[in-house]
Amino acid sequence: MMTTTLIEKSHRTLWQRWNWLIWVVVIGGLYYWTVNGLKFTGLQESAGTVSRSIAAGLAHPQWSYVYDGTGEDLTSLILQTLAIAFLGTIVSAVISVPFAFWAARGTHEHFFLRSGSGKVVLTLIRTFPEIVLAIMFIKAVGPGSYAGVLAVSIHSIGMLGKLFSEAIENMDRGSEEAIVSAGGRAGQVFALATVPTIMPEFFSYTLYRFEIAVRSASILGMVGAGGIGTPMIFAIQTRNWPKVGIILLGIVLMVLLIDTLSEQLRKRLI
Amino acid sequence: MKPAPIISFKEVNKIYSNGTVGLKDINFDILRGQFLVVVGLSGAGKSTLLRTINRMHEITSGEITIEDETISDYKGQSLRLLRRKIGMIFQGFNLINRSSVERNVLSGRVSYYPTWKTICGLFTKADREMAVRALQRVQLADKIYTRADELSGGQQQRVAIARTLMQEPKVILADEPVASLDPLTTKTVMDTLQRLNREDNITVIVNLHSVPLARQYADRIIGLRAGELVYDRPIAEVTEADLNEIYVAEAEKA
Amino acid sequence: MMLPEIPRRSWSQRWHVKGLVGTGILLVLLVASSRMTGVDVGMFFSNFGQFLNLLVRMSSPTWSYTAVIIRPLLETIQMAILGTTIGAAFAIPFAVLSASNLIHNRFLRGVTRLFLDLVRTLPDLLLAAIFVAVFGIGSTAGVVTLAIFSFGMVSKLFYEVIEAIDMGPLEALESVGASKITIIWFAVLPQILNQFVSYFLYTLEINVRASTVLGYLGAGGIGVFLQRSLNEFNYSQTAVIILATLAVVLVIDGVSNHLRRVLL
Repeated sequence: MMTTTLIEKSHRTLWQRWNWLIWVVVIGGLYYWTVNGLKFTGLQESAGTVSRSIAAGLAHPQWSYVYDGTGEDLTSLILQTLAIAFLGTIVSAVISVPFAFWAARGTHEHFFLRSGSGKVVLTLIRTFPEIVLAIMFIKAVGPGSYAGVLAVSIHSIGMLGKLFSEAIENMDRGSEEAIVSAGGRAGQVFALATVPTIMPEFFSYTLYRFEIAVRSASILGMVGAGGIGTPMIFAIQTRNWPKVGIILLGIVLMVLLIDTLSEQLRKRLI
Repeated sequence: MKPAPIISFKEVNKIYSNGTVGLKDINFDILRGQFLVVVGLSGAGKSTLLRTINRMHEITSGEITIEDETISDYKGQSLRLLRRKIGMIFQGFNLINRSSVERNVLSGRVSYYPTWKTICGLFTKADREMAVRALQRVQLADKIYTRADELSGGQQQRVAIARTLMQEPKVILADEPVASLDPLTTKTVMDTLQRLNREDNITVIVNLHSVPLARQYADRIIGLRAGELVYDRPIAEVTEADLNEIYVAEAEKA
Repeated sequence: MMLPEIPRRSWSQRWHVKGLVGTGILLVLLVASSRMTGVDVGMFFSNFGQFLNLLVRMSSPTWSYTAVIIRPLLETIQMAILGTTIGAAFAIPFAVLSASNLIHNRFLRGVTRLFLDLVRTLPDLLLAAIFVAVFGIGSTAGVVTLAIFSFGMVSKLFYEVIEAIDMGPLEALESVGASKITIIWFAVLPQILNQFVSYFLYTLEINVRASTVLGYLGAGGIGVFLQRSLNEFNYSQTAVIILATLAVVLVIDGVSNHLRRVLL
């Protein structure tokens, strides 16, 4: 056993024997560059004090903010955040469907509607930062949750379109074949076979995307696009830690609740 | 009186775009009311042969006629009407899994409806009753409101048969209808096909890879090897030795 | 011909109560959400000119600005690398503690997982805002944010990898009385290393995307410049930043995808 490994070793070329060293040098160099490139100077001396007051604030959240009937309280804004995420996701899901059929391989062989171009468009949408979209829409419709809805709607197309198109590529085409062989028209094949086969998957992906949208919607307010993010950023800037504490608690509970609900629903669907 | 041919193959060739020969110089007639079984190894072209009959696959050259009409220039409505009179059964059943049995059976009726009515699910009362009768013929009337994917494989295949009955077909094509079933359900599915053949005089063309089954149900057996028609006998003249040859010769070549 | 007996559908089945109620709930939620968010389709189109103007100004990028943003772009990548590394390093022990095939103590596992679930609920920009308050404006806040963000994500991916390993070698070592550490080093690590690296790279991709906007709140990198250009209504600069960011993200994705394919 021992000797065979030794013999094998001696047969390996110089390159094979030393290529790990190259990796070490490359990765080492990368980290050297990384750590040296970042400036950690300018650390606030107050970091310790601030951390302590944050901890104190988080430990004593401002309960009065939970509900005060003004419509600017935690409950209303959390609901608004959910509304942004919900509406944005639904709109996005609807717009994603044509994008998905465009990007899916094998559904069409149109000259300029090649699936490759669809995939590129979806990647570009996915990579375009959501925050920038929100800011752009604020210019169009003014600050507030409407801009948030638009940002979520457009940004989510990137991911939903991709997930939908993969679902289309991997779907079982048997029932479509059956309707074709019974003399169905394209529209009938789509309505009777394609839609019922693909819908549950689309629905499940939409729910999953909704979970992500809830997280996005809770931060879009930081740039003025509505929801809980707006009071959050004000509270941080004014060092109102008890308020930050209660908002954080609200966000954490909201996200946990939505994740659990959505997971239950998705399990039932599949 | 000798029954007239319902389907004729004349010099039919099929070459796939990658150069593979699917069918080669196929010439034969299928008579009305026949129970024809096509045997051969997988890849011999059985499935291709079947699918050229309802134009699910196109042929490269030659001619196929059904009731004395050339089918190769059908398109649009005429193609759909052709497909309506030819029912098709698949190895994987091809039901809409998440829909009810009723909806699956009614979907066999698509070619009688405009698209918008199908989308809205507006099937006539007469057709709904027809669906019940079709299900009764495959002994599944009690499962009408069950979801298709809750049925066993044999039941699903019988639902698929009921679906083709809704087309009021003259021909049923069955592509390996029992390949994914156990022996017991195989028998119920094959018996159902046989009954339709005898009671309704529907011409049935079945692809099978099981020789015993072929001998049990067929009126006539044809054999394919590498896309060529190598065997064609009425059941009375079929011997075990012939059939073995279709398989053995191929196996030796491989 | 008499129709055969067919089963009777219940009242709720016949009227499709489930589907109707589902659709009803969806519609109510849609209406409620649109009222709550003040969505007004008309408004978007009446202000469309302004939006178009913005797009027009973005469509003529000041290319000379590219030279200015190379440095912060690199800083963004550095933040992502360091943040992901720190996060992944912390994630390893937590992943081990949450893996049901290594830790048989359900309470310990439950507490660890709950903690990780809580960490994962926090959106990245929110963390950034808080850490900017703590550490001040600069890349430190960004690195810490990314570290925590990737910690939550990586630990989950890692423990799922650990739970999927082949238990044979572990049992062999256990039967000869090896210690937990020995078992992990010799039986677990070799099985999971490649997948760990692959998920590390995947997280790095996500962090590069995330890090480009963190600066918007002052947490270093290209986002700082993004915020500046937007505040100054200098959209031709914004366009350069977005395009450059897209390019960087796509390149990093490409490299990382390639490495992951080689690894698995």
